[in-house]
Amino acid sequence: MTLRLFIPADAGALAVGAEEVASALRAAAPRQKVAVDVVRTGSRGLYWLEPMVEVQTSAGRVAYGPVAASDAEGLLGAILADGAHALRQGLAEEIPWLKRQTRLTFARCGVVDPRSLEDYRAHDGCKGLDRALALGPAATVEEVVQSGLRGRGGAGFPTGIKWRTVAQTPPQQKYIVCNADEGDSGTFADRMIMEGDPFVLIEGVVIAGIAVGATKGYVYIRSEYPHAAATMEAAIAAARRGGLLGNRIANSSYAFDMEVRVGAGAYVCGEETSLLDSLEGKRGLVRAKPPLPAHKGLFGRPTVINNVLSFASVPIIMDKGGAFYRDFGMGKSRGTIPIQLAGNIKYGGLFEAAFGITLGELVDEVGGGTRSGRPVRAVQVGGPLGAYFPRALFDTPFDYEAFAARDGLIGHGGIVVFDDTVDMAKQARFAMEFCAIESCGKCTPCRVGSTRGVEVIDHIIRGENRAANTALLEDLCHTLKFGSLCALGGFTPYPVMSALTYFPEDFGAPPRLLAAE
Amino acid sequence: MSTMHQGSRQQTRVPWNKDIALTRIREWLDREGPLLLILHALQEEFGYIDEAAEPLIAETLNITRAEVHGVVTFYHDFRREPAGRHTLKLCRAEACQAAGGDPLARHAETRLGVSMGNTAADGSVTLEPVYCLGLCAIAPSAMLDGRVVGRLDQGRLDTLLAEAQQ
Repeated sequence: MTLRLFIPADAGALAVGAEEVASALRAAAPRQKVAVDVVRTGSRGLYWLEPMVEVQTSAGRVAYGPVAASDAEGLLGAILADGAHALRQGLAEEIPWLKRQTRLTFARCGVVDPRSLEDYRAHDGCKGLDRALALGPAATVEEVVQSGLRGRGGAGFPTGIKWRTVAQTPPQQKYIVCNADEGDSGTFADRMIMEGDPFVLIEGVVIAGIAVGATKGYVYIRSEYPHAAATMEAAIAAARRGGLLGNRIANSSYAFDMEVRVGAGAYVCGEETSLLDSLEGKRGLVRAKPPLPAHKGLFGRPTVINNVLSFASVPIIMDKGGAFYRDFGMGKSRGTIPIQLAGNIKYGGLFEAAFGITLGELVDEVGGGTRSGRPVRAVQVGGPLGAYFPRALFDTPFDYEAFAARDGLIGHGGIVVFDDTVDMAKQARFAMEFCAIESCGKCTPCRVGSTRGVEVIDHIIRGENRAANTALLEDLCHTLKFGSLCALGGFTPYPVMSALTYFPEDFGAPPRLLAAE
Repeated sequence: MSTMHQGSRQQTRVPWNKDIALTRIREWLDREGPLLLILHALQEEFGYIDEAAEPLIAETLNITRAEVHGVVTFYHDFRREPAGRHTLKLCRAEACQAAGGDPLARHAETRLGVSMGNTAADGSVTLEPVYCLGLCAIAPSAMLDGRVVGRLDQGRLDTLLAEAQQ
């Protein structure tokens, strides 16, 4: 008999030994007198169970994890005997952590072979493209507008409106640019899609091209993601062979091709205009807006630039319709958001849910609190530019407006959990230091303000003129927030001010509750 | 499969050579905005961007040497001098800080006798900070010559350091 095994080749799984597990299982198979057919998938995103091995059975795929190479022999024996095993998690789809999610964008991630276009098609792939081709460009744009999809990179601008703006520019060379410069700490959803379901991203980019009249696309991937870049390259090559890219996409009259470009370690290039300059082969300097990239983007041409998750959400919107997608979510935040649980967390990973789930549900119920077992003291939501929230704000629902109302942001959906050993003055200092390291240098508030910010926080930590320096820090944050050209300088005040506001005792001031009395 | 990045192969590079450099530069001229592609190719070939490469690139792309120099120095990835035989990147961003990355980074610095961003005196390893490898659910994380490692603790880090010192 032949056992069909699914083992992730996702970087997160490889980092905890998935390759060694795959080798050990292959080596153990002849000794157990069984043939194994190993399919390398992406990750389902249940990272505390990685490396997670799945076995095809008549009832579905049964998961085991976290598997070590030394478990291989015993695991194969248990599988063959259909017996109990300490690592057996039951049917993968029935694992409660996965089952309570709403997987729209991540429906195939961890399930399919990411390098096989045939497998993609067999799992409902390309249906969105087929419908877009049937509807035509104008109706496709309107479908995306109707879905309520907002930019998943963090800014939350309506994706359909961006597309409509580019579609309305006169016919000329136009570009589609996918921002895969996922630099926020605590986020890995883009990486997972590129490594686990790259064709959904390609399909989304192709649909965008047809919708706005662009024929060329670029995926700008950060250099810290070599595995993602390799899988995307392989998928693009397969898409060309399979007619998903080329002169006659899916036998239509539309032409579209795309290529991968790799960044060079500059966080600011995640900002869309800086990314465009970098793609042009220049220093990644932020551009002033207007002109909008939709009018003058890459090489001065009309350009749709969206995040990986925005493009990856388009195929299901086109397949099931804008209304289907819009029915998930709350307020002006429609659809689902892939949330990433990270840092000091017991059950870390990718949790896709409709907007509206609260921070507390995510951290305590889904995430299970800290891995260290100590109390959760603070969580940073939305990357290095996101606010630190204390437990008192855990009733905040995941919604762009709800976070903004509390001086926070959901950004790219990352949540980094800290236990009670965290020093929030140190975290505030790091936020300024990071801004100083990564500033592109174009605008003064960010370039100079971040360095001054580190100095002022150092004064406060040392207890020098604490009241005056705290007032100076607040003033500096105000200048950064309103005077910077882009979100790097503009949002660095969020982590700094939230740390100062909610955790004043770490800056040598009385605790917040006492101070309020 | 080459993309698995398994096993930390030592970084073997050829010494700077103008003719090889020109060949590598010319491979990218049919692309739009090729400068980053060229710099990545040169760094892959030689391990760093030799100062002598700047005028070659400038002349080929018909831009100023200052523009090339500006790009080389803007991006953290591009080296101005060769790195050690191994490169160990430790993630120093928030998720790894939350999971105990700070003491591990200090341990690595002490054990290798270098501070972040520098190369050990024997040329064995360059220790670098990296701001996020996207392995935030299995933090703290590191990358040794392209091989990713998660759930770092002192034991796993010591194994990596021993490998890096070879």
